[in-house]
Amino acid sequence: MLAALRERYPLADVIVLGALAALVIAVPILNLVVPTDSPLHISTFTVTLLGKYLCYATLALSVDLVWGYCGILTLGHGAFFALGGYAMGMYLMRQIGDRGVYGNPLLPDFMVFLNWPELPWYWWGFSSFPFAMAMVVAVPGLLALVFGWFAFRSRVTGVYLSIITQALTYALLLAFFRNEMGFGGNNGLTDFKDILGFNLQADGTRVALFVVTAIVLALSYVGCRAICASRYGRVVVAIRDAEDRARFLGYRVENFKLWIFVASAIVAGIAGALYVPQVGIINPSEFAPLSSIELVIWVAIGGRSSLYGAIAGALLVNYAKTQFTSFMPEAWLFVLGAMFVLGTLFLPNGIVGLGRRWAK
Amino acid sequence: MRIAFLAALIGAAAIAGSTAQMHADEAALGAAAEGLKSSNFRLKGEAIDQIAAEGSAQAQAVLRALLDGRLYITRATDQVVIAADGAQTPAITGAATGADLGSADKSDLKRIIINNQMRGSLNTALARMSLRAPDAAARVAAVESLFDSLNPDTVAMLREAEAAERDHSVLHALRTALALVDLESTNPADRRDALETLSGSMHADVRNRLVARLGDGADGAPIEPDADLRATTTAAVARIDRARRIYGLVETAFFGLSLGFVLVLAATGLAITFGVMGVINMAHGELMMLGAYATWCVQQLMPDNLEWSLVAAVPVAFLVAALAGIAIERGVVRFLYGRPLETLLATFGISLVLQQAVRSIFSPLNRAVATPGWMSGQWVINDALAITYNRLYIILFSIAVFLTLVAILRFTALGLQVRAVAQNRNMARAMGVRGGWIDAITFGLGSGVAGLAGVALSQLTNVGPNLGQSHIVDSFMVVVFGGVGNLWGTLVAGVSLGVANKFLEPFAGAVLAKILVLVFIILFIQRRPRGLFPQRGRAAEA
Repeated sequence: MLAALRERYPLADVIVLGALAALVIAVPILNLVVPTDSPLHISTFTVTLLGKYLCYATLALSVDLVWGYCGILTLGHGAFFALGGYAMGMYLMRQIGDRGVYGNPLLPDFMVFLNWPELPWYWWGFSSFPFAMAMVVAVPGLLALVFGWFAFRSRVTGVYLSIITQALTYALLLAFFRNEMGFGGNNGLTDFKDILGFNLQADGTRVALFVVTAIVLALSYVGCRAICASRYGRVVVAIRDAEDRARFLGYRVENFKLWIFVASAIVAGIAGALYVPQVGIINPSEFAPLSSIELVIWVAIGGRSSLYGAIAGALLVNYAKTQFTSFMPEAWLFVLGAMFVLGTLFLPNGIVGLGRRWAK
Repeated sequence: MRIAFLAALIGAAAIAGSTAQMHADEAALGAAAEGLKSSNFRLKGEAIDQIAAEGSAQAQAVLRALLDGRLYITRATDQVVIAADGAQTPAITGAATGADLGSADKSDLKRIIINNQMRGSLNTALARMSLRAPDAAARVAAVESLFDSLNPDTVAMLREAEAAERDHSVLHALRTALALVDLESTNPADRRDALETLSGSMHADVRNRLVARLGDGADGAPIEPDADLRATTTAAVARIDRARRIYGLVETAFFGLSLGFVLVLAATGLAITFGVMGVINMAHGELMMLGAYATWCVQQLMPDNLEWSLVAAVPVAFLVAALAGIAIERGVVRFLYGRPLETLLATFGISLVLQQAVRSIFSPLNRAVATPGWMSGQWVINDALAITYNRLYIILFSIAVFLTLVAILRFTALGLQVRAVAQNRNMARAMGVRGGWIDAITFGLGSGVAGLAGVALSQLTNVGPNLGQSHIVDSFMVVVFGGVGNLWGTLVAGVSLGVANKFLEPFAGAVLAKILVLVFIILFIQRRPRGLFPQRGRAAEA
């Protein structure tokens, strides 16, 4: 009976979803209901920080989907995250309306500053929340579709693919730095006021964003789980382990890779869209090749090819980063670098692999 | 005995005479300089003429200082002095004597003010003096400074100089100047000859003067009355424009080559570690950074020998980077052969550690590496084309490094073993090649070349902790574009990407040009996943 239940609901899934459910219930109560002077109270700052971690966890999930399950080491996944973030940022910019520094009802501040006569066409429609949300999914998805279609069809694999994904995010970094692009250049998009009419600085909005993030992470986890468990997911794993063999067995390898890449890009884009209202800014540095490689280390530390490992890695590494950068900022890059080196040398399957070895 | 005494006497008299002559010069210059104390501009103008008439090197220094606003009167002693620079307490020297007077605070000095008319006559006087300068380049500069102030006075001076001049480049400048005068002549034949001379000149003033000749005068009639000569002038302007365009292209090509060879230099080391060994070394950029910092350290250690410190830095940078590379290979990479993605991550971690180490040791600020004298300045080919020496030397350095490396791989026993291990490790080991040792040496060689690239980069950009990071993506692009495992491919790829980048820049701007090149490479990899010059053979699919 217990074995059957375990078969049906693996322990890891129960823990991940249970923990997220507990967070969704506990955090709003501890922040909004428990009085400020109680030791159990969670400050709004902490809520936002937790929300940020959960966004990173969602992003790590998307990286794990392509790297852990399909063997595509992408060094440019930050680009999809940032694009989703920019789509959300553009909606939030339009919500500012005439409350900007220049008080221009039609144009965002930086456009007024650069003497733009009118809103460029690619900003049209972003005043509407549904349209912006559609773009959060569509823009990263489309870029992944086009990029992947070219890359996988011409059988660019392994290191080459890693390097051109890095080139992709690097090119986008350079492009978004340009003021002429109309995305705020170096400064990016910031000074957001409200979302769907709710003030972004209010505790209630922060908590609501956190809850939405946690739910999205849970849904992404379930979704990725479903993909991996499906017949389709098994072919993807087969491609990771022996691409040529899968091809000779008659599977269209490029199509499988393409769809998993697109799905992953969409998850990354959604994570970016949730990240922006919580941190209050999106700028081109999110496209930096360095931050994309950092994502990979979250997954590597947590344990690739196990979805909960990716979540654990993202939370752990980012928690460590917060601690180190506030107490001994000098040491953080040493620690991160050591994680890369020691992780790859001694923990090929991350902390999850370590746990499994102990369990045996 | 008597003769010796007489000789001594004559000698003493001669020395006394020349000293007396020197004193007389100083006295005359001093008297003339006194005139500059006047607040009357006319009197000051006369003083300038007097000083110019002196013609000595000290007189020239006084006039130069006056033009630059560095000639002062001390409030305390009422002396005319030359300040060394615009600092708050500049070092001062006596105007007449050139004697060192220590330094003075600016508040104790009163600047001698000049007006525009004086500025013009100062320019002319200085040019007249410089026309007799021993250095040909100084004489050319003097002639060109006169292009704007051609009057009967200066023309006479130029004609005089032309008769005495032997140097080709100075003669060219003199003839251009005289032709500019003839352009205003009333005799059409003179104007025709002048046009003939000027149409070969690249000087910006010449073109402006010619274009001005094509316009209308104040009375509405064309400045150039002769229709035929107007056509010739138009043709001359067109010819100048065409020549300038061609020189512009040559210059762009040179910039492109220079950028290209920097890319080649940065990518050559990578072509060894990545191309020959198949190891993705993300710390390659940081090895370049180590080379650049090694250069800086060498310069700090030998501040008196700035000229040679760069040469001394070359072997030091090579060794530092090579040893670091060998340490990385033996310590980390060796355990990850055959797992390229893990190698990528581990070496990336090393790059972070190296960056932070440099930041902790040398501070996060950029360090300035001085450029030795023989590398600064430029080689002026003509007025439209000048080539900076540092870029020229870096191109030569890059070619030398590249050829040395090709020769090592091709002709030495080590190179043979490296290639053998790269092609078939097991077979090579069966033949008695020490695989591990060769791996370490190869990695060290590639890393050492990265260190050499760092020496070159220290002359072009700031030396800071981010130096490597900004070059790593470019370097990988070059290697991948050229074809992995092919040094010549790296050369062709680096140079062509550099040139393409520089030719796109005028149309697209620097950033967009870079983006276009990146997009081009991404698309190119789709068409030819193995680069321009793919490795052939059965092993290529491995």
